[in-house]
Amino acid sequence: MAQVALEPQVGSGPDAAPSEIAGRSPWALAWRRFRRNKPAIGALVVFLLIVVVSLCAPLYAHRIAHVDPFANNLNGTTIVNGKKVALIQQGGGKLGLGETPIGPTWDPHHYFLGADSSGRDVAARILYGGRNSLLIGIGSAVICSILATILALIAGFYGGASDSVLSRTMDVIWAFPVILFALCVATVLLTAPNGLQAGPIHITASSLWLPTLIIALIYIPYVYRPVRGNVLSVREKEFVQAAIAQGASNRRLVFSEVLPNIISVVIVLLPLMIATTILTEAALSFLGVGVQAPGASWGTIIGDGQQLLYTRPWVAIAPGIMILLTVLSLNVLGDGIRDALDPRAKLSIRE
Amino acid sequence: MVSRRRVLLGLALCAVAVAAGCGGGSSSSSGSGGSGGSSSTASGSPQKGGTFTILANSNFGVADPAQNYTLQQWALLIDTHDGLVGFKRAGGTAGTELVPDLATEIPEPTDGGKTYAFQLRDGIKYSDGTPLKASDFVTVFTRQFTVPGPANGFYAGIVGGQECLKNSKTCDMTKGVVADDSANTVTIHLTAPDPEFLDKLALPFAFAVPGNTSLKLTGNNVPPGTGPYMWQSYNPNKSAVLVRNPNFKEWSAEAQPDGNPDSIVEKFGLPVTDAVTAVENGSADAVFSGDSIPADRLNEIDTQYADQTHVNALTADWYFALNVNEPPFDNLQARQAINFAADRTAYVKIAGGPSLAVPTCQILPPNFPGYEPYCPYTAGADSDNTKWTGVDLTKAKDLVDQSGTKGAKVVVNGTTDEVGKALALQMVSDLKSIGYDASAKLLAPGPQYPYVQNSDNHVQVAWSAWYQDYPAASDFLNVLLGCDSFHPHSDASPNIAGFCNKDIQANMTKASNMGVTDPEGANKIWAQVDHDVTDQAPWVDLYNPKQIDFLSKRVQGYQWSPQWYLLYDQLWLNQ
Repeated sequence: MAQVALEPQVGSGPDAAPSEIAGRSPWALAWRRFRRNKPAIGALVVFLLIVVVSLCAPLYAHRIAHVDPFANNLNGTTIVNGKKVALIQQGGGKLGLGETPIGPTWDPHHYFLGADSSGRDVAARILYGGRNSLLIGIGSAVICSILATILALIAGFYGGASDSVLSRTMDVIWAFPVILFALCVATVLLTAPNGLQAGPIHITASSLWLPTLIIALIYIPYVYRPVRGNVLSVREKEFVQAAIAQGASNRRLVFSEVLPNIISVVIVLLPLMIATTILTEAALSFLGVGVQAPGASWGTIIGDGQQLLYTRPWVAIAPGIMILLTVLSLNVLGDGIRDALDPRAKLSIRE
Repeated sequence: MVSRRRVLLGLALCAVAVAAGCGGGSSSSSGSGGSGGSSSTASGSPQKGGTFTILANSNFGVADPAQNYTLQQWALLIDTHDGLVGFKRAGGTAGTELVPDLATEIPEPTDGGKTYAFQLRDGIKYSDGTPLKASDFVTVFTRQFTVPGPANGFYAGIVGGQECLKNSKTCDMTKGVVADDSANTVTIHLTAPDPEFLDKLALPFAFAVPGNTSLKLTGNNVPPGTGPYMWQSYNPNKSAVLVRNPNFKEWSAEAQPDGNPDSIVEKFGLPVTDAVTAVENGSADAVFSGDSIPADRLNEIDTQYADQTHVNALTADWYFALNVNEPPFDNLQARQAINFAADRTAYVKIAGGPSLAVPTCQILPPNFPGYEPYCPYTAGADSDNTKWTGVDLTKAKDLVDQSGTKGAKVVVNGTTDEVGKALALQMVSDLKSIGYDASAKLLAPGPQYPYVQNSDNHVQVAWSAWYQDYPAASDFLNVLLGCDSFHPHSDASPNIAGFCNKDIQANMTKASNMGVTDPEGANKIWAQVDHDVTDQAPWVDLYNPKQIDFLSKRVQGYQWSPQWYLLYDQLWLNQ
């Protein structure tokens, strides 16, 4: 049975006595609290804006900029101030050293943020990169949370050997530095001739599933531990004991009694995990073991811009700003959700 | 036995391999053009003294001359060690000329080209005071198999070498390297004539070390040498410090001249962009030539420090190997098609522009033995074409149609570094432009090289690069495209394309055999082999790269050897 919070309905005036007691679900209460948290609402708006803008990547690339952000365009040209200019320009020194891509034109139709060293439109790649970064970040966080919750339920509810085995396995994964562990797994899988082949499942080395699954795997202990702790706590609650006394099956106990009472922990962790997985994806892609070329993610674009920091810093700065905004908004959002779901914050919404 | 070396040039880590005992033409005529703020030859009066400081991003690796296989780092090993013969310590083409070093003269081979008898110079001592002895060379060549050296196949042709290659624990080179300490002679017996044997003797692998040197790798303790400098210290996490060898007395200015700086220090770990700034500020003297100067600093050093910048053509190839045993490039017309479609202007831009790379269609680099300009894969191609001028997409598409391979899936295997990635993606674009369904598969430079060599991985197109070991045509043609260099199912198969043409191989063998007695005649055959291989299109040859040396303002006497690159010890510092 799910917990139901009872709260006095707000009266119509200061002297009005409560006429009746209305029941509200914890979710409704949480939503009320969340709506009153302006920084969290602001963060949600920023995050949704980033998602929407990223989803519009094909629209921008094909309808506005008219570029293919995945194909080299080293001999290409664009229009700046009505003049045709080369995307990659040779250095004008005595020795003719250096090939420099065009910088920002601030014209959405013509290389708004300039070109990278392969002559590709940076703005279009940032939008496409956002799609991949968000897809991997959200996907891996969701997969990680689901798997961690399942394992935590098994370990926490059944205890004994299953708890020992699962918890020690998590300890082993936890003991590895995250990036190093991800690098090792990614390098092994990327070097495999046919990517990841497990029975009927085949994931090519260039598939987004590969970084998604790798990141999901390495972060399972980070969700598993707090969720398991909550399962252990909830398992001993009176309503669970009552359900056991009524002869409820284990399945019913797990899905009807324990899970509904620990899911708020998972929900609070989710945005924070998304922020973490987006950062990890960026790091892996920067190191060349995340999103594979010619695909883009914010991490790969920062990698592309690393060699252009002195002459074309926007190639690295722009995706960096996108990561910053996304992670910041998710962290603020996560704090807002935590505050909203925290029962101890109940009084703060009373009018 | 196939070995490999690693060359640090460009952002890509270029690992290259060397096949054992390959025959070929002889050296003596290669060279390289230089450009920049000063010529490739020294001018002015040399000054002695001071400390020359080099800033390198990564460390020296293994400093034991028996194992170090990095061209740019050989430039320091030649200052501390010597071989029986050496490449002339001079800038320009003269730097590929063989001269006697520890030996009094270069002997004519006897016994049908199988025996070389060297007379050692008297009175030479190692930096620790130990006198040089003939028997030290038994240790030198034994160590090649016990350490083991990464290119010990070079010396497997010495009597006993093959046995040592099979079992290093019982290695005995005393029959192949006969030393007489009292007469100060070293006689080397080969199992078969090797026209490149003297070139191989001039490499650091054959540099003299004391006879009591461990037969195992010496790690960070570099064995004493006979050169004008000695290794005072080597800490891979910090620096390498070379100081004057108190026991050195110049015996041949051509082979081992005395050095000018009192010490040469190579500091490790600084990012290259910081190293550039340090050299600009004069707080260091050189950016390590193996480190690629970031593209966004090139225009700056060109416009503000051109007089301190030197650019030289390398005898090297950057290319994509087309696997002739895997579809669609088991079809000659398909291979020729992508050669016509490869936009070498774009590849050159990726390499840093026309000042840093020259487009090419053929295997041998310019100014190399056997090189005769040839480019059949250019716009408006005819039999006289010698220079690439542009793509011919019409012809390329026609060839694809004729081959019946249009629409075939092709995976281009490249490296994850910036340059490697850009090259692979350009190749994908080029393949798509003629109707192939192309995609890229990128691996870290370390695992990529063995991966693409192994035929079990069914790689269709693979990026690779090759830098000369010594100036001989076979070092490219036979090593990279000879039948003996293709080892199926092995990670050590430098013939990545899996190319083996019996007629061409017969000509390679003929040129190798002729090289002992008639180097010029052999080089003519090598030139024909080069053109024949190019016609068969096992590669898409992209360009011949150039190297930048960036030095501080106080550095004078710049000399660049095609074999040893920057001659550090011949530089001097304005005090």
